[in-house]
Amino acid sequence: MQRALTRIAHEIAERNENSSEVVLVGIHRGGVFLARRLAATLLAIWNQPVPVGELDIGMHRDDLDQKTPAILPTVIPFDITGKTVILVDDVLFSGRTTRAALDALNDFGRPKRIQLAVLVDRGHRELPIKADFVGKNVPTSSRERVNVCLREEGAADEVTLERT
Amino acid sequence: MAWNQKHLLDIQSLGAEEILTVLDTARAFKAVGERAIKKVPALRGKTVVNLFVEPSTRTRISFELAAQRLTADIVNFSAEASSLKKGETLKDTARNLEALNTDIIVIRHSASGAPHFLARFLKASVINAGDGAHEHPTQALLDVFTINEKKGRIEGLNVTILGDILYSRVARSNIWALTKLGARVTLCGPSTLVPRVFEQLGCRVTYNVDEAIADADIINLLRIQHERQRKTMFPSLGEYSKLFGLNQTRLARTKPDVLIMHPGPVNRGVEIDSDVADGDRSVIIEQVTNGLAVRMAVLFLINGGQGPQGVAV
Repeated sequence: MQRALTRIAHEIAERNENSSEVVLVGIHRGGVFLARRLAATLLAIWNQPVPVGELDIGMHRDDLDQKTPAILPTVIPFDITGKTVILVDDVLFSGRTTRAALDALNDFGRPKRIQLAVLVDRGHRELPIKADFVGKNVPTSSRERVNVCLREEGAADEVTLERT
Repeated sequence: MAWNQKHLLDIQSLGAEEILTVLDTARAFKAVGERAIKKVPALRGKTVVNLFVEPSTRTRISFELAAQRLTADIVNFSAEASSLKKGETLKDTARNLEALNTDIIVIRHSASGAPHFLARFLKASVINAGDGAHEHPTQALLDVFTINEKKGRIEGLNVTILGDILYSRVARSNIWALTKLGARVTLCGPSTLVPRVFEQLGCRVTYNVDEAIADADIINLLRIQHERQRKTMFPSLGEYSKLFGLNQTRLARTKPDVLIMHPGPVNRGVEIDSDVADGDRSVIIEQVTNGLAVRMAVLFLINGGQGPQGVAV
């Protein structure tokens, strides 16, 4: 996992020459931890700190009628207007979370561009959304679950596929 | 996360986990209020009615803004300018509001149990914004939210509620919320307004104000509600202020980090002196800010308990 994240960090650095424009925004919860790890690697590459924000997309979901998600505070302590925002999530599946995240970011400013980094792309998109940086493509059946465990949550770093 | 309520009628029927879910959710909604764009689309297309049969400014405006910040449509209904004045029953008024496809009805009424009555026959969700002397659940939720934010916990804290307990729905809701979360509650005030029967709810009752505030982590002051008292419960406001009012002299005998709370409206010079109300231990104004966040959280959670057609799932 760490290797995949290091590679993503280098790809981000390669794609974005102007490092002072780049900010990371992790989607709760896993994406926030991954964004912090990417920031640490980017600090080593660029020799300058990269701001990290935390985004909860629960208030922007399109299925609030069916279920109520637990909501965590969104903390973006910097202006995203004119910046290159790298959205970070653990798993890319239907694309609906990303759609909600794009909506939510709208309320914080007008970024110059938004790029998407995910640890796992498991396919089955329901919206026209594509990641810019992918740790690993994992072909899955729609009946399977992808679990990303992270050491920040007290587990070992691990991605598991579970049949439901 | 725990929340399984279609309505919010009282704190008595909530579990501790559900109260904590409201507090967690409110924390996120408080952050929304601090942004340049203070609005999220969570209740887009939903309709909320503020059915205030008893006057209110703070709570009504708080619910109104909460609904607007969630992108719901909200209609305000006040009893003075309505068919209730022409003799329409509450049931008919509520049925008519529901016929307009409203999703959530927020009711304030001088009769205890009015929200429970509506919830029995309405398909819409009902939120109690204060019913008689019974309960005022969102006030208690914002009070425990404020305590938790300032103290980092509720469990084990000493909370003293001082004033008119007998006629206070705020007191009853607070007692339920605080005891469910493990706080120790002390009630104090004139004996005519603080009956011993409250001990059955797990509270300590004392008529000695110095004893009540000495070990308090929080002092929650309640207004003397002249409008609910059928007869005079104490000789004079001057005497009340002298015996129970919170002034600098009394404050000096409390814990140095005590929080002073008041649900408003404040009667300055009666239950609290101005310099205490405006002092550095007072969180009275922050309670108002937190009230908005808590009401957004309640509307959001209540809405989630419904299916696409507004039917509980």
